[in-house]
Amino acid sequence: MFPLTHLVAKKKRLAKSRFSDVKRPSRQSAACKLRSASRNNHASSSLLAGLMLEQQLINALSLGSVYALFALGFTLVFGVLGVINLSHGAIFMLGSYAALLLVEKLALPLWLAMLAAMLITGLIGLLVDFLVLKPLRQRNAPHLIPMIATIGVATMLTNLAQGLFGAENKRFPVGTIPEDSASFGSVHVTAVQVGIVVIAFVLMLVLLVVMRRTQLGRALRAIAESPKAAYLLGINVEGLFYLTSFAAAALGGAAGVLVGLSFNAISPFMGQPMLHKGIAVIILGGMGDIRGAMIGGLFLGFAEVLTVAYISSDFRDAVAFGLLFLILLVRPSGMFGKVLERKA
Amino acid sequence: MRLNTILHTALKTLPALLLGATLANAALAADVKLGLAAALTGPAAKYGVAIKNGFTLAADEINAQGGVNGNKLVLVTEDEQGKKEEAINVFKKLIFQDKVLMVFGPTLSNSAFAADPIANASKVVVFGTSNTADGITAMGPFTFRNSVMEADVLPVTVKAAVKHFDIKKVAVIYGNDDAFTKSGYDVFKATLEQQKIPTTTTEAYAKGDVDFKAQLTKIKASNPDAIVCSCLAEEAANIILQTRSLGMKQPFIGGNGLNSPKLFDIAKDAGDNTLMGSPWSSENGTPVNKAFIAAYKAKFGSEPDQFAAQAYDALHVVADALKNVKLSGALPKDRDALREALPAVKIDGATGKFAFRPAPAVAGKQVGFDAQQEAIVNIAKGGKFVLLK
Repeated sequence: MFPLTHLVAKKKRLAKSRFSDVKRPSRQSAACKLRSASRNNHASSSLLAGLMLEQQLINALSLGSVYALFALGFTLVFGVLGVINLSHGAIFMLGSYAALLLVEKLALPLWLAMLAAMLITGLIGLLVDFLVLKPLRQRNAPHLIPMIATIGVATMLTNLAQGLFGAENKRFPVGTIPEDSASFGSVHVTAVQVGIVVIAFVLMLVLLVVMRRTQLGRALRAIAESPKAAYLLGINVEGLFYLTSFAAAALGGAAGVLVGLSFNAISPFMGQPMLHKGIAVIILGGMGDIRGAMIGGLFLGFAEVLTVAYISSDFRDAVAFGLLFLILLVRPSGMFGKVLERKA
Repeated sequence: MRLNTILHTALKTLPALLLGATLANAALAADVKLGLAAALTGPAAKYGVAIKNGFTLAADEINAQGGVNGNKLVLVTEDEQGKKEEAINVFKKLIFQDKVLMVFGPTLSNSAFAADPIANASKVVVFGTSNTADGITAMGPFTFRNSVMEADVLPVTVKAAVKHFDIKKVAVIYGNDDAFTKSGYDVFKATLEQQKIPTTTTEAYAKGDVDFKAQLTKIKASNPDAIVCSCLAEEAANIILQTRSLGMKQPFIGGNGLNSPKLFDIAKDAGDNTLMGSPWSSENGTPVNKAFIAAYKAKFGSEPDQFAAQAYDALHVVADALKNVKLSGALPKDRDALREALPAVKIDGATGKFAFRPAPAVAGKQVGFDAQQEAIVNIAKGGKFVLLK
């Protein structure tokens, strides 16, 4: 009993400090941008109001949360397995289709369809690990090989989806998506937007707590340090690899469902652009770091939206990714890049 | 029982016998051989097959009414696969081997740039029904087309929209990394400048984007009366939905990219009040168009599209020209006579009133003829496009 109460006390203390750690940088950067933006426009408050800053900040928060949610699973696999799993985009896409089919064919309620879709994509992730990653692990394949193998998996899954579901965009049937929205003056917030932000933050917190506060998390972190040492300590390394692949794919599937819900654009190719941004996000956040994935995702969302709002939509990706490059110049291992340092 | 069988066989063979007789007669009278180069396989096949159907329907109708001046029109169809190289081969075969009077096609503008020079060099009329690129008819005096360019359609659409919704200023959104949406944007931009309609803001997006809210919020802040959208149907549907979720009610104005049922599969009623210009509409209730649609459905069991309609009209244009041509049997002379007769043709077809106009002049070069035709402006109502009244 003693270690448990000890843990709880420590958890509270640490949770507090860590929570403020998480919050501060994002708030700061948003505030910074706000100030510099208003300077750029030498704006009176009326001009700022004319640009609908509040609405853009909400757009940025929901877009950033989508990126973050996608990056969570992506970074988890890298942190534990040391593999850049490029099939994560395809699994994300399958999550969308799984939920769509469950809602359309079985008329499941949305929350149940989402849980089922997470289970389905989790099992697909497990299968990918079992069929592709495990044999490579056993043969001690060099680092690049599993990455290349997952490109193959991604291509296969994308083609499969195209064959099964067709190449055109699909959407959830009208009436199944909550269409509630609230307006505060000129600012519109939809229920789906709120859902995305809340679910992204909740999943991140759960993941953080599991990783930092549980026996399981301790074991996973031990594996991240050194699978061999972990094995010698009696940790079921292979089993935890499976669990990680399952959890990461389930998270990817959840992101897919939420993106499918909010943008009405479910297609076999929806994973590709997300994958590119996801890679950028986890590099920015620090490979394998959960807080890093979250903050990196939010950063990219804010950078993109504010570029569109204050510079030009023509240069959106150029400016957003230029900023990202600048940050990496200053911090080559990303914002929270400890894992990478340890690994190197 | 036996009598029945005999009767049955007789009934079955009779039409064949009659048909054989007519074919023999036709062969005795002069057949007019017309070449058709269409993409019947490959990615462009959906256009090519519709085009072939349109031509087949028109040829059957014309021949059933006794042909042109007693001569049957015979289509010599070749598959150019939507490829430049194949289009060149097919053109050579049709012109030099099959010795056709003229050539219809090819399906894609890209192939037309490769193959049309062969027709011009051989002094054979080449008639495009689906080539909308700039510069097709600048390739030589034997080039004709009845396909209407976006540059002709969009100004009409914008003008109709301005009148219908009393528009003072518009915002523009377009995909900047797609050839079709980008060239549509260029035409819209020129049109808006010409019609002196101020643009509040111009926003771009990239292929694969699904979240357009940042751009749309900026558009909302600029407070336009309408939103011009040079987009593909699926993107447009998503853009329309997100516009509504931001509490905006502006109507959309678009080009042929929006001319797809997919728009309404996704956007449903949110797409209402979207204006779209097209060369042909199934909703256009003129007698010629109604007859065309009914005959097409009866013959092929599917709904016709714009490409079938333009092909159908093209053969009627040529048939009309041939009425005024006395065929001598000497191929070069007849080919030239057709070239001389075509520009004067005016018909009322499935796509509406049609005439030719000389292509924009190019210094030191003889040019061909473009389509002079009013675009049809459609408005979305209850999840489909209907004619704007």
